[in-house]
Amino acid sequence: MGLVENGKMPKPLTALLNISRKYSLWVYQWGLACCAMEMGAAFASPRYDVMRLGVIPFPASPRQADMVVISGTVTDKMAPVVRRLYEQMPEPKYVISMGSCAHCGGPYWDSYSVTKGIDQIIPVDVYVPGCPPRPEALLEGIVLLQERIASEDMTDRWTRDPIVVS
Amino acid sequence: MTDVSNRNQLAYIAAQASDARVNVEFETEGMTLNLGPQHPATHGTLRVIVKLDGERVLRADPMMGYMHRGYEKLAEVRTYPQVTALVNRIDWLGSFANEVPFILAAERLMEVEAPPRAQWIRTILFELSRIANVILFLGDMGVQLGAVTPAFFAFRDREFVLNQIEAVTGGRFHPNFDRIGGLKDDIPKGWIEETTGVLGRIRTFCDEIEDLVTGNEIFQARTRGIGVIPPEVGLAYGLSGANIRASGVDWDLRRDGGVGLAHDQVDWKVWTHPDGDSFSRYWVRLQEVREACGIIEQLLGGIPSGPVMAKVPRIIKVPAGEAYVETENPLGVMGYYVVSKGDLVPFRVKIRSASFSNISITPWVLEGTYVPDVVSILASLYFILGDIDR
Repeated sequence: MGLVENGKMPKPLTALLNISRKYSLWVYQWGLACCAMEMGAAFASPRYDVMRLGVIPFPASPRQADMVVISGTVTDKMAPVVRRLYEQMPEPKYVISMGSCAHCGGPYWDSYSVTKGIDQIIPVDVYVPGCPPRPEALLEGIVLLQERIASEDMTDRWTRDPIVVS
Repeated sequence: MTDVSNRNQLAYIAAQASDARVNVEFETEGMTLNLGPQHPATHGTLRVIVKLDGERVLRADPMMGYMHRGYEKLAEVRTYPQVTALVNRIDWLGSFANEVPFILAAERLMEVEAPPRAQWIRTILFELSRIANVILFLGDMGVQLGAVTPAFFAFRDREFVLNQIEAVTGGRFHPNFDRIGGLKDDIPKGWIEETTGVLGRIRTFCDEIEDLVTGNEIFQARTRGIGVIPPEVGLAYGLSGANIRASGVDWDLRRDGGVGLAHDQVDWKVWTHPDGDSFSRYWVRLQEVREACGIIEQLLGGIPSGPVMAKVPRIIKVPAGEAYVETENPLGVMGYYVVSKGDLVPFRVKIRSASFSNISITPWVLEGTYVPDVVSILASLYFILGDIDR
């Protein structure tokens, strides 16, 4: 088992593990603001139906989740809660920042109570721009994240750049 | 050695002691339950601190401010056309309805009036955003009580309404389409026929929901007689919209307000319910969706011709003065108090949002209820966090 900690897993085993992780991403069910409704449309509506991608939006506890979508404005009052929920998630964990509010403050860039960028408090893997992004954009972000997971090596997990959906 | 009387006495003491022990075992302890700020029943980030005695709620305090984004302060540094882009995001489910009272207040200050065609299309979009908003409530009410299927139905049919809004405004969620003196654009070709088709779908959705949810025994048991709000208490707390109409108060600003929308041109009915419980709040909203379909259908049949924009200067400076306009938004009464000093930007904007007043009744209505009913009552009061915290 020492191999796993060193990041020197046998290639076929890594590939197998990555495929299984890629198609069973459990998303934490958590909405913040307007984007949560578009996230809900992507997750719950029959038109977009995220479950066909192997993403399961059921866990109501961060301890069961692999991925979290920060969907909306994070205020300074909410920021400690976001951090705490992120820390409760088990590794490996992924964060999708959805909408301009979560990236940089968005329309509230000069507000006194809004955190300008969720990346100040937790590391972000995928940025999905828009105000709010269409459900299709969120789906593309998830697909890009899955592609990255498929070819993921545990050693370079912490040094890579985030994906930006464009 | 003890005699009989002594034994009786001992037995009596022993019985007393065991009774006392039972009492100690059954004695309930106070417990504080934190509902939120992350909880599926709170539509975002409301936090309700519930103090419990066993299963019974002693006291419930809503804690607000987790979604406070400072609209009133931000509006002071945005020009009048920019403010609509901001206030779109207050009630994010019925975005277009948020713009209307602000634009009407600014129009009142500038003493311009939108042409009739603009007013009619405005009313149509206003009611479409009401449908988009309340449909999600009808689905969500089921989710809160343990039935997931209505939410899928709601999201399915909401897409069609959003498509129609997008076809006119270009924005699926946040249209930013209303302008001082009219609308940005006219409706596209063929839109009226398509919208009539969508209204048929919404009517079918209402029937489906009625079949699925309204008659359901579990749903009835969990909502009938739960969270009863008498009309005088509701009025004292400032409830509005379907919440107060469900208590039997016949009050709707679309009919009684006399603001510049085309609701008085068509024939429609204000629905009320005498009970004031969770079920009646749900039922009134269901009827309102049907009524909104009727309003839109009648308006679509007779949109007057003409321009959609009145003559307004390119750079909008609103003359000094103050105006307050309120309309019947999907969640209740929404009003904007705009103070202008003759600048490009408003001097002060006070926003009276419906959910803030609606949620203020939670300490009163939750007191003495049981824990499972808390979720059903909160769901039936129907608030949106952006509308509470602004």
